[in-house]
Amino acid sequence: MLLIVEQLLNGLQFGVMLFLLAAGLTLVFGIMGLINLAHGSLYMIGAFAAAAVGRLTGSFILALLGGVTAAALAGLAIEWLVLRRLYQRDHLDQVLATYGLILFFNEATTMLFGRQPLFADVPAALGGSIEFIPGIPYPVYRLAILLVGGLVAALLYGLIARTRIGMLVRAGTTDREMLRALGVDVRLLYTAVFTLGALLAGLAGAMAGPIFSVQVGMGEPVLIQTFVVIIIGGVGSIRGAMAGALLVGLVDTMTRAFLPGLLRSMMPLSEADALGGGVSSIAVYVLMAGILLWRPRGLLPAHG
Amino acid sequence: MLIIGLAVLLAYPLVMPLLGKPFLVGLGTRMVIYALAAVSLDLLVGFGGLVSFGHAAFLGLGGYVVGVLAFQLGADAPLFGLIDGTNQAWIAWPAAVLVTALAALVIGALSLRTDGVHFIMITLAFAQMLYFLTVSLKVYGGDDGLSLRRRNLLPGLDPRDEATFYYVCLACLVVFVALARRILAARFGTVLRGIKENQRRVSALGIEPYGYKLAAFVLAGAGAGLAGALLANQTRFVSPELLHWTKSGELLVMVILGGIGTLYGPILGAVALILLETVLGAWTEHWMVILGPILVVVVLFTRRGLYGLLTEKRSGIAARGADDGGGHD
Repeated sequence: MLLIVEQLLNGLQFGVMLFLLAAGLTLVFGIMGLINLAHGSLYMIGAFAAAAVGRLTGSFILALLGGVTAAALAGLAIEWLVLRRLYQRDHLDQVLATYGLILFFNEATTMLFGRQPLFADVPAALGGSIEFIPGIPYPVYRLAILLVGGLVAALLYGLIARTRIGMLVRAGTTDREMLRALGVDVRLLYTAVFTLGALLAGLAGAMAGPIFSVQVGMGEPVLIQTFVVIIIGGVGSIRGAMAGALLVGLVDTMTRAFLPGLLRSMMPLSEADALGGGVSSIAVYVLMAGILLWRPRGLLPAHG
Repeated sequence: MLIIGLAVLLAYPLVMPLLGKPFLVGLGTRMVIYALAAVSLDLLVGFGGLVSFGHAAFLGLGGYVVGVLAFQLGADAPLFGLIDGTNQAWIAWPAAVLVTALAALVIGALSLRTDGVHFIMITLAFAQMLYFLTVSLKVYGGDDGLSLRRRNLLPGLDPRDEATFYYVCLACLVVFVALARRILAARFGTVLRGIKENQRRVSALGIEPYGYKLAAFVLAGAGAGLAGALLANQTRFVSPELLHWTKSGELLVMVILGGIGTLYGPILGAVALILLETVLGAWTEHWMVILGPILVVVVLFTRRGLYGLLTEKRSGIAARGADDGGGHD
């Protein structure tokens, strides 16, 4: 029982991280119609920059700021140099160009930092565990991620639902041609949205550093899962991204935690572990395929 | 053009030893095999407008069929109690094609219920499932992959001879391209192109697009499966790496680099990409930092890839069909 609650929290925390990544990706796709495979690279840049700044200054706050800034700047740069030329092109060109960007960023990061993973420390103030549910000690740092992610999600939701910029963003996901025709500076909006997405990806990367190891190629597995999230949730929809992220986070964590044990009661130990690992990696894709077949536009699509 | 290309491919293994570089024959084999996979993908992407981001799954599956059959040869019990191992090419290769075609039938039947970006992502999802499946199959090496003791036996030929094996692969490529050409020239190809242009109109003509798309998906999957079987033979090794999503990306790169919807272009694309990797790789360890921007530039500034560069100037119809993107969301 205790284990289940702990794993539920882990699942939520992973879901929140996925949401930070998915929010940017889904808006960029919804508004600009762009498939950005390089979104995972922005996450990686955030993680590396945070780890580097943290090592230099010893301050977690500065590290976090450094990661977010680096990712936002990188996002601004690639939007300005490459991606804005791709908005009107078909998906295939976008996939190829952003695939090229992944190769570039991964290799450039290798050249800068080497192939060895970096390790970022959990800040002292957030070390240790806390028993906020009696009988279940839980690491403070993971709890902090959960809170920060929840806070950002709330802010983002407010931004989209309540402000003028949010109104333009929503209008953009519904009909970008009409938005342009109404005299909105769409290019500026595109750049702003893309940079915001990059910033959130950088935040996710910077916060992930102390939990996962910071290494080249860390962006790609999480990128694929983020795509699963936005497809499940419905492309272009922030609410959908939230629902999808939590669903994927929970399903992934729970199957990883409990499936091998379940299989172990049925077959030899080593085979059970291998198969369990494989099947739990597959679980989210089965979930996505099932949801797509059931509701081809996702759970909470942006258009009505 | 076509004849020159074929002549170059035919002469390649004869010329390399004369230049004192016989070891480059293997590189040519690799190019030919990847060309086969890329052409099969072009059938889908270029002619059907179906962007599959999971094509490597079929490549890997074909490889694994050959690998598992060879593995079973040394195993105590037949697979599932009825399948014995073999290292005969005339059994293993058709088996690989058959299995991948069946897999493509199932995956295609489900995936084709979606379209656009959802299709891209659902094919990716299925490929990821197969990838993790191969990772978790400890019996067949799991993460580490599976080595073949020797290449499959071909009646009357010595598969260990690099040049012979090259010609076998080239023959497979030529047969597949000829088949694809024949099919695309027939009614089937016309309908497929029609679906790419405007699916609704095709439906309005009383043609049900689903079956055509599924047939194209199966054909493309089978082609990639054959390529996978050849690749497993060439390297005498299969691993989950073959099914990794970056491999699917690589195949798409070959198609687009060479020229999408041109059938011959992807052959150029496969040759160019492998050449680029090899040359840049010999030059610097960090070759991807150069390859990445090259891809971006190719996408931004060329239409119809290398094939377009070669043919459009001469025919003067450069603008035709240059832009069919956008407009249909």
